[in-house]
Amino acid sequence: MIAKPFALFKKDYHSELRTRYAINSLAMFIIVAISVILFSIGNETITESLTGGLFWVVIFFTAMSGLARAFVSEEERGTTLTLQLIASPSTVFSGKLIFNLILVFCMNVVIALLYSALFEKFIIQNFLLFIITFILGNIGLAVASTIIAAIIAKAGAKGTLYPVLSFPILLPLILTCVQLTLFSIDGTGFADAQFELAIVVGYDVIMLTASYMLFDFIWKD
Amino acid sequence: MSNYSIHSQHLSKSFGRRLIFKDINFNWNEKGSFGISGPNGSGKSTLVKIIAGLIAPSFGKIIHKNSGGEIIPEKLHNHIGFVSPYLILYEEFSAWENLKIFAQIRGVTLEEERVLTYLQQFLLKDRKDDLVKTYSSGMKQRLKFVFALQHSPEVLILDEPTSNLDEDGKKNVYKIINDESKNRIVVVASNESRDLELCSEILMLEKFK
Amino acid sequence: MIWKIFLFVLLAFVSIAGIAFPIVEKPSAWYEFPFIPGLEENAKIIFFHVPTAWLTVIAFLMSTIFSFNYLRKKNLDDDAKAYSAAQLGMVFCILATVTGAVWSKFAWGSFWSWDPRQTSIFAILLIYGALFALRSSIESEDKRATLSAVYSLIAFVTVPFFIFIMPRIMKGLHPGSADDTNAGPVVDFKMNSSMQLIFFLSLTGFTILYFWMWRVGYKSIIYKDKLEKQLITPTKSELGG
Repeated sequence: MIAKPFALFKKDYHSELRTRYAINSLAMFIIVAISVILFSIGNETITESLTGGLFWVVIFFTAMSGLARAFVSEEERGTTLTLQLIASPSTVFSGKLIFNLILVFCMNVVIALLYSALFEKFIIQNFLLFIITFILGNIGLAVASTIIAAIIAKAGAKGTLYPVLSFPILLPLILTCVQLTLFSIDGTGFADAQFELAIVVGYDVIMLTASYMLFDFIWKD
Repeated sequence: MSNYSIHSQHLSKSFGRRLIFKDINFNWNEKGSFGISGPNGSGKSTLVKIIAGLIAPSFGKIIHKNSGGEIIPEKLHNHIGFVSPYLILYEEFSAWENLKIFAQIRGVTLEEERVLTYLQQFLLKDRKDDLVKTYSSGMKQRLKFVFALQHSPEVLILDEPTSNLDEDGKKNVYKIINDESKNRIVVVASNESRDLELCSEILMLEKFK
Repeated sequence: MIWKIFLFVLLAFVSIAGIAFPIVEKPSAWYEFPFIPGLEENAKIIFFHVPTAWLTVIAFLMSTIFSFNYLRKKNLDDDAKAYSAAQLGMVFCILATVTGAVWSKFAWGSFWSWDPRQTSIFAILLIYGALFALRSSIESEDKRATLSAVYSLIAFVTVPFFIFIMPRIMKGLHPGSADDTNAGPVVDFKMNSSMQLIFFLSLTGFTILYFWMWRVGYKSIIYKDKLEKQLITPTKSELGG
């Protein structure tokens, strides 16, 4: 069941190793984004809530920089037809989703590490809550970003269109994750965060279901 | 391998409000070669993509059956081999890597001996480990034939199969069509009469407007 | 024609009544409105803000339903209907946001405070904007219809998060959110009967207006499309001959 999507992921992974396109530009993007924020803040100290919010801002824009590639690269090189001939739509979506999930986790771990090193107010008191938010949030981010990437791959003006289309869809997730991050910085317990966690889980499940059902329409002409 | 058939019932296609063709009916019940002819822009590639399950028809049905009954769209791709000028393989990998990866994604085992025989037949065996980036357009076209045949599909669809090929290459394609039509259903879409000469049945698309 | 006159009279009456009828402590004449604690003079905007917000939701729903139909049947007429609904939805969304901001200034002191309902209506505005950006970047009409239909459905799936869940958990200033002790004048019907009358007339009038505009909208999209493709030829009277 997972073998075929995983084979597709391996193809993308090896292709990435050969060209090294995404890793280089994404790594630079993360560094640039965080630097811009640090420079704009200057010597001021920012509050916890602002730090928590900015954390997800960097995550969002880094995702916008790197996650469209999964589908856009196939369209640009003309290999969409090839994929259509060798795999069913659900295999294609699963394979691309695996790739984006792994990419999101790698990117965001780097961002989280850099963040805790560079921002003094980014001290997590309820670490377990943060980890759970991190995992669930990243899953939701990957799923929504992948389906929107599939849409814009078939449109023009792909680069600018991607954040425009993704932001409204990701907004409930980002708002809730910011809230949860603030909870984990403040040290709030699980009991109080239950509702927000339920929202994120619900978002992940609903997005995943909707994506699989709608992908067929996007993929087949 | 046997008992494979393709049936078309009232097949029609429009792009937006523009009609391409309508009410195409055929029943291809046995191995052999079937041609689709028509001038450029008549919808040959469109029809061929509908048969391959890549595009949905606007009206009507295309049905593939084997001994197990009707084949559902999600499983159709492993029964089809497709060659066309606009098909592009992964240029950052070698030919052999491409074929291996495709087999894995298809979920079939790569039968190395058979594929090597095909590569030999298409004169690509000694270049199999070179990146596809380095291939000429004729070589790429020949590799697409290997790509189409590697998984032993019951249907071989050839859209403009002799484009980009020199006289020798064309002769080889005609030999392929002859040989393979003994084992499979071969569909040839072309506007060159030489390509269509080998076909037992020819669908003329201009008639279906 | 008679319906258009009726609609005009209805909306004219509602607009005048909504703005001009006075608010007094103890309404005695039929055209006077009572005082509602928390709203006072500002109450009149309820006649315009709630219908426009209501129609934004209706338009969004209709756009989603016709998008769903398009994906099932691939009939471009459904795409025209969905698009027309989305255009009107955008217009009413802007109106709802602006009337909301005006009300917000008078009631709470600032035009915008990121209250959950305000955030939701803003998100809907972003969704419409994204949808139009997507449509204008695709040339092929089949593709355009399919992709905007898919995006509408994905957006529809996120809307429940905004409309129902967020206002309940986030504190807000909007009547009806988590910590507001007045459940809001609409829910509790603190309006007296004449206010209710004007309110429902306004709601009805705007709804009829919306459906009329939607119908004209989608038909003109379809006619224009067919004319461009020369699938129908205009008659002499249509050409102005």
